[in-house]
Amino acid sequence: MSIDRRDFFKVMGVTGVSLVTGNRLSASNAPEEKQEFYGILYDSTRCAGCQGCEFACAQAHGLPAPSFEDLPVAGTERKADETRRTVINAYQTSKGEAYLKRQCMHCNDPACTAACLTKAMLKNPEGPVIWRGNKCMGCRYCMVSCPFDVPKFEYHSPNPKIEKCDMCFDRIREGLMPACAEQCPTEAIVFGTRRELLTEAQRRIHNDPGLYYDHIYGEHEAGGTGYLYLSAVPFEELGLNTNIQKSSYPALTKGFLYAVPSIFVLWPALLLGIHQATKNNNDNEDHDE
Amino acid sequence: MSNGNYIASKAVSGRSTWKFILSELKPKGKLLTPFNIISIPVILAGIILIVIRFWKGIGSITNLTQEVPWGLWIGFDVVTGVAFAGGAYVITFMVYILNMKKYHSIVRVTVLNGFLAYLFYAGALLLDLGRPWNVINPIIGNSFGTSSVLFLVAWHFLLYMIAELIEFSPAVAEWLGAKRARKILSGMTLGAVIFGITLSTLHQSGLGALFLMAKDKIHPLWYSEFIPIMFFVSSIFAGLSMVIFEGSISHRVFSDQISETDHKAHKNILHGLSRICAVAMFAYFTLNVLVFVHEKRWGLINTPMGYWYLTEMLGFVLLPMILFFMSYRKRNITLIKAASVITMVGIIINRLNISVIGFKWDAVSHYYPSWMEITVTLAVIFTEIWIFRWVIRRMPVLRKAPGWKDEN
Repeated sequence: MSIDRRDFFKVMGVTGVSLVTGNRLSASNAPEEKQEFYGILYDSTRCAGCQGCEFACAQAHGLPAPSFEDLPVAGTERKADETRRTVINAYQTSKGEAYLKRQCMHCNDPACTAACLTKAMLKNPEGPVIWRGNKCMGCRYCMVSCPFDVPKFEYHSPNPKIEKCDMCFDRIREGLMPACAEQCPTEAIVFGTRRELLTEAQRRIHNDPGLYYDHIYGEHEAGGTGYLYLSAVPFEELGLNTNIQKSSYPALTKGFLYAVPSIFVLWPALLLGIHQATKNNNDNEDHDE
Repeated sequence: MSNGNYIASKAVSGRSTWKFILSELKPKGKLLTPFNIISIPVILAGIILIVIRFWKGIGSITNLTQEVPWGLWIGFDVVTGVAFAGGAYVITFMVYILNMKKYHSIVRVTVLNGFLAYLFYAGALLLDLGRPWNVINPIIGNSFGTSSVLFLVAWHFLLYMIAELIEFSPAVAEWLGAKRARKILSGMTLGAVIFGITLSTLHQSGLGALFLMAKDKIHPLWYSEFIPIMFFVSSIFAGLSMVIFEGSISHRVFSDQISETDHKAHKNILHGLSRICAVAMFAYFTLNVLVFVHEKRWGLINTPMGYWYLTEMLGFVLLPMILFFMSYRKRNITLIKAASVITMVGIIINRLNISVIGFKWDAVSHYYPSWMEITVTLAVIFTEIWIFRWVIRRMPVLRKAPGWKDEN
């Protein structure tokens, strides 16, 4: 049996924690079940654009129900905002009209979470990225950082919240499915562990290569996301950003953050050294003058 | 002297200190100056707008959108303001680390300027926070987001303000006539300076690093992995240009505070600063050219954003750099002042290009600051100038310290 990277870090982490908080360890010493990320597979070829997910989402999170006058129509892009966490859009594609659901992608290594200075944005071990109001100071750096422009801010409230899909984290904890996945009548939205869903997506493409465009959006985008997309056409025809880099976004700031401790150690020593060196120099000069 | 007497005299001196502070709070000088006539209505309007903002939400007075969550208040007040406040760490580096005594007479005013800039711009940040009551969360330790660049920047703002306060505190002690406190506080100066320079290096570059994750949102002519280094290098000449600009105004407005020798030495100081500006700008310009060539960005030049990039680089970096070099050789003060103003405009353009103008440049609808955002920004700047003036008129910042300071 070999020890993989994940386990290695876990052991290191447990050791570190035990050094800091001696007696709280008992819980984490118990053999822990390996928690896999949950995710959602959205298959555009199965989506009928009924907006059932929008209604279910609004109901599950106490948001206003979608208006019946605001239907997905090809040519107009509806956007998620502070009153709706998910939207269905219609697109005229090379293979006819198709629908696409938009919401938080629940990245494996989310930019919003790395950006958050209070850990209000949190990537849970179960996979969902959630927002915690008691931590958030409303700086909106998560919105600046998110490559998918997901977090939405209540600009017109004195006590503003960030609205975004949380993959129905409360329901997952109760053993239920996310509301949208439960509601979907055509099984276009499937909930499961990310690993199972990737296998399922690959199986679908393999079994029907004529129907599917050979790419799973979210497998590698932004370093991998919890939401996975299948479609009949290239994803840019469905309004998804295909220029998203294939590695994680927080990695972009790693170099800078790693430099911080070295500068904190080196700079003061260097500055003190220069100060001592020039002090004597100046004394000499003063004497010369 | 008995113990009781000693305590009594202490109490008397304590009471007189408070009386002194109260008497100092009263305004000095004329009330109806042009600056007051403009600034008072703006500050009042700003206060009203701030009340509306906390009552109805940020969207009630700003034009921010879901796509552009940071506007003028972050892009100008914080990102640009902090670059201008960079003069404090450069001047303290020159005076206390390199022991360039020539610049000693401008240390206090520069540090005061830097401290007030941080105080007010960090204060302006609170206006932009949606949930400002949670601002203590990253400080008190119940939730440290240590992977965040903003976490680093927030802590550095706080620590640097303390460092600058310590650097400035001897002037406060001299104002209050507290001899013992002055001795202790001035003993802490070198430590505060070293700490302050280290913090400045990291948070000046950190402000640039904030935008590293917005890779797909910032126009490629302004985005590169070197943004942190660019921000740091440009903060050197941004800060010094501010010192030159502020110095030439102070020498006119507060001429009664400045001794004849300091007045004469000032020209010499400006020449020295202009040379440092020129060299720093040369480094900055070269860095930009290297990034441009290395990333093969020729294809982006023949677009509106490309022309705008050329305007910034040639008109507001290369041109003032040449002016600084020329002014040093010709010993021309007017040229220095002109160059410093052009440089400052260039810094404003550069910081806004990254944080506002080039941010989501390809979006359908663009962000423009509302008149209310601009008014609040002006109110913040005017209030800062009021406090600056108040301190200058009372504490030994520009004028010589009282004679007793060398007694010990």
